[in-house]
Amino acid sequence: MRLSRRSTLLLRTAVALGLAFVYIPLIVLAIYAFNASNILEWPPPGLTLEWFPKAIHEEFAREAFLTSLKAASVATAIALVLGTLAALAVARHRFFGRETISFLVILPIALPGIVTGVALSNTFTQVLGVDLSLMTVIVGHATFCIVVIYNNSIARLRRLSTSFEEASADLGANTWQTFRHVTLPSMRSALGAGALLAFGLSFDEIIVTTFTIGAGEETLPIWIFRNLFRPNQLPIVNAVAVIVVLISILPVYIAYRLTREEEGTGAAPAGGARGGRIEGGGVETEATAVP
Amino acid sequence: MSRRLATLFHGRPRLQVGALLAGPMAWLVVGYLGSLAVLLVAAFWSVDPLSGELIHSLSLENFETLLNEPVYRDIVGRTVLIAALVTLTDAVIAFPIAFYMAKVASRRGKAILVVAVLIPLWSSYLVKVLSWRTMLSAGGIVNWALAPLGLSGPGFGNTAVWLVMSYLWLPYMILPIFAGLERIPDSLISASEDLGASPLTTFRRVILPLAFPAVVAGSIFTFALTLGDYITPKLVSNNQFIGNVIFNNISTNLPLASALAVVPIVVMIGYLLVARRLGAFEHI
Amino acid sequence: MTTRQANSARTAWLIVGGLLAALLLLAGCGSSSDETTAGNELQKLGKGEGEVDLISWGGYVEPAWSKPFEQKTGCKVNNKVAGTSDEMVALMRTGEYDGVSASGNATARLVDGGDVAPVNVSLVPNYKTIFSDLKNQPYNTFDGTHYGIPHGRGANLLMWNSNEVKPAPTSWNVTMDPKIAAKYKGKISQYDDPMSIAEAAVYLKAHEPKLGIENPYELNEEQFEAAVGLLSEQRPYVGEYWSDLTKQISAFAGGDDVVGTTWQYQYFALKAEGKPVAASPASQGFLPSEGATGWSDTWMISSRAKHPNCMYMWMNWIVSPKVNAEVAEVFGEAPAQSLACEHTKNPNFCSEYHADNPGFWKRVYYWETPVSDCGNGESDCKDYNDWVQAWTSIKG
Repeated sequence: MRLSRRSTLLLRTAVALGLAFVYIPLIVLAIYAFNASNILEWPPPGLTLEWFPKAIHEEFAREAFLTSLKAASVATAIALVLGTLAALAVARHRFFGRETISFLVILPIALPGIVTGVALSNTFTQVLGVDLSLMTVIVGHATFCIVVIYNNSIARLRRLSTSFEEASADLGANTWQTFRHVTLPSMRSALGAGALLAFGLSFDEIIVTTFTIGAGEETLPIWIFRNLFRPNQLPIVNAVAVIVVLISILPVYIAYRLTREEEGTGAAPAGGARGGRIEGGGVETEATAVP
Repeated sequence: MSRRLATLFHGRPRLQVGALLAGPMAWLVVGYLGSLAVLLVAAFWSVDPLSGELIHSLSLENFETLLNEPVYRDIVGRTVLIAALVTLTDAVIAFPIAFYMAKVASRRGKAILVVAVLIPLWSSYLVKVLSWRTMLSAGGIVNWALAPLGLSGPGFGNTAVWLVMSYLWLPYMILPIFAGLERIPDSLISASEDLGASPLTTFRRVILPLAFPAVVAGSIFTFALTLGDYITPKLVSNNQFIGNVIFNNISTNLPLASALAVVPIVVMIGYLLVARRLGAFEHI
Repeated sequence: MTTRQANSARTAWLIVGGLLAALLLLAGCGSSSDETTAGNELQKLGKGEGEVDLISWGGYVEPAWSKPFEQKTGCKVNNKVAGTSDEMVALMRTGEYDGVSASGNATARLVDGGDVAPVNVSLVPNYKTIFSDLKNQPYNTFDGTHYGIPHGRGANLLMWNSNEVKPAPTSWNVTMDPKIAAKYKGKISQYDDPMSIAEAAVYLKAHEPKLGIENPYELNEEQFEAAVGLLSEQRPYVGEYWSDLTKQISAFAGGDDVVGTTWQYQYFALKAEGKPVAASPASQGFLPSEGATGWSDTWMISSRAKHPNCMYMWMNWIVSPKVNAEVAEVFGEAPAQSLACEHTKNPNFCSEYHADNPGFWKRVYYWETPVSDCGNGESDCKDYNDWVQAWTSIKG
């Protein structure tokens, strides 16, 4: 698109301001991770590197980190299965109530976390009589992660021409073989991007977790919450946060590359209904965005 | 074995649909909706203030309390207003960034920007809010930066909540708009220019209408996340939002908390229905 | 879609709907089962189970005395700090903890809800030498049955920043009288709990005697409205409603708040950091002229305790003379154990804190659970639900 110089300048300024808004608090946060004093005042009296080794050696933080990894992995796995199943049903079949599925799937993430958390907690403890544990946390997380997988899968399935699947069937493959050898591989990058997003969502989730976690377990956000106001622990918390961000840069980049993966296998757009392709780049984008 | 199953499913689409949907539907409808329903039933009960036992006799007294006591109307009004403000703010800040990323940036620039926008999502929500709390406090960076200008920062309160929430949910607005703008074919834009439209007109009559559903998609999250949050209001303000009142009442008066929970549920379902009508569901 | 497909799809949805209804029914029946587990006290102390899960006020369970306990008994201490009694009650109701250091505004609820079991005091040898005015009190003894072991007691303090608040206050009017509170607009720190209504009632008892307030937790309509009205007038001047004591410490340290209600723990912590804080003299029991609300805390054991033996061992440990002395001095409260007075680092600690002076505590109104049947014969007092709702309205 051709823009005048002035427009480009205005646009660039707006972008710069926006990015500044996004990054200044993060930079402040990072600076506090080097804060020599326990008290949060500005500017910080001195800088030190001592919090980072302390953070790595902090046993509770390490345990909480591993617990979070565990919970996020299992929740993502469950969401992958359920989200893909639902997406396959909606994208490839017609049936009564089809339109409601998209609505249903987004509810857990659109309704306030506290409502989801209390409802699930109530059902677990009062109706089913089970104790709260990491498993109940995983159930809660999987519930709102389904939509991420579902949306990415549906977007990809709608783009995939059914001709390949029909050809596969014509060649004698049964439904399972077609799914495994034709459909699934072409969905891989969408599922991968969705899984990474779902993982991130689960990893940082605090509200639903608060209500569904058992007394003896701690995810990383729960650990952070517990230590947020303890003056001796706060710098370690900041250091932990910075470490997590640094660790996450690589997966984020991978997720981005996955969504930009060019599809070789017949990714012809289904009609013009879902927008077209971008000329010149020949690259398709998926909807990567979901909290 | 898989062969047998596959033969069973072959030519029986109903069975296929049933098998595909059984898992997700059991989870979402029976598990999730069921839990919601169980919670909402409690809205019609009451609680013994001493023992905490739920009294299962049906009544509307909780809803009456919510309607009659002015404080609940204030709280709901405040929450909805700030949710709307946050959504508007984020849309305004996000659009230029998303537009630049989608239409103006080079290929490498686009990659860098996307990663740059996604990174903040991975830093802990709690630490970000605490960071803001420190920045807005009496001795924090905001006051320190504004002091030479003779101004002082907003401190804690509704303004702080609006600022912090706009900050927190911004990536959730940028990404759908970015994806939506990318889907607009350059050929459409070129055609508009060839027909003689100025960039502003092209923006107003071609780009904006096509991007609008994506903006609505992003707004679902900014609105929903603000509507239910209780941690940010507690950390950067003294004011109660819907989430705070629900949270404070869950242990002492679950029926009242459930009754209040009806409000954001109804609001969000309404919002989702409108959003779907506007085509946002294609852009999430 | 063929009719057959539509019909069977419809059936599927009907089944789903039916399952939902069944779940609802289950919920309706499920939660009305009676909690009859309360009532059985331990008869004999057995071997420790290896761990004990506690809920406590901040500063009550510190490594200085929990680590020696772990070494001596082999019971690992897992402690969850709570900021309000409501939190404690909520946590106890999950049944996942063995015991709690409950204040008077939690004990009655826990007993009535069947969440705690009676305590067999014969299994707690150190109970014998607890101060007599802490035994058989309405907040720890119900229908003649002992429900806990006293931990210690104290008053809620009025604390102020001595650089910012002059002259040094001698009365609660600095936070309760709107005209004076206005001077510190945005810098008043008030406890985020309905118990603050009792603080206002204590103030009104002294300054508006015609309201006839006797017990600040037993308020009729008129008295209640007056107290609530006072707090509503205070609202615009409040900087922060605190429930996390470390949040209050950082607010005072950073200058965000300069005056308000606090506990001894925060006061001494800030003084140790060299911050310019002050409170009414300890010799006066930290009491401003009107007296104050306070608390007398009791260790209670859960009716669903998974580690009852370790819990009994903990209860005996925490009121043993040396430990109770240490606890009292670290937190800054009056010990429950009479023999602790010989073990405090400061030999005058007990007399300074009025540990052995029952008359002093008449001016301290321990936290209580407000009930509607409040002994004035009319059952027209406000109950806890009213207090909670009023607190929501005050905060706005």
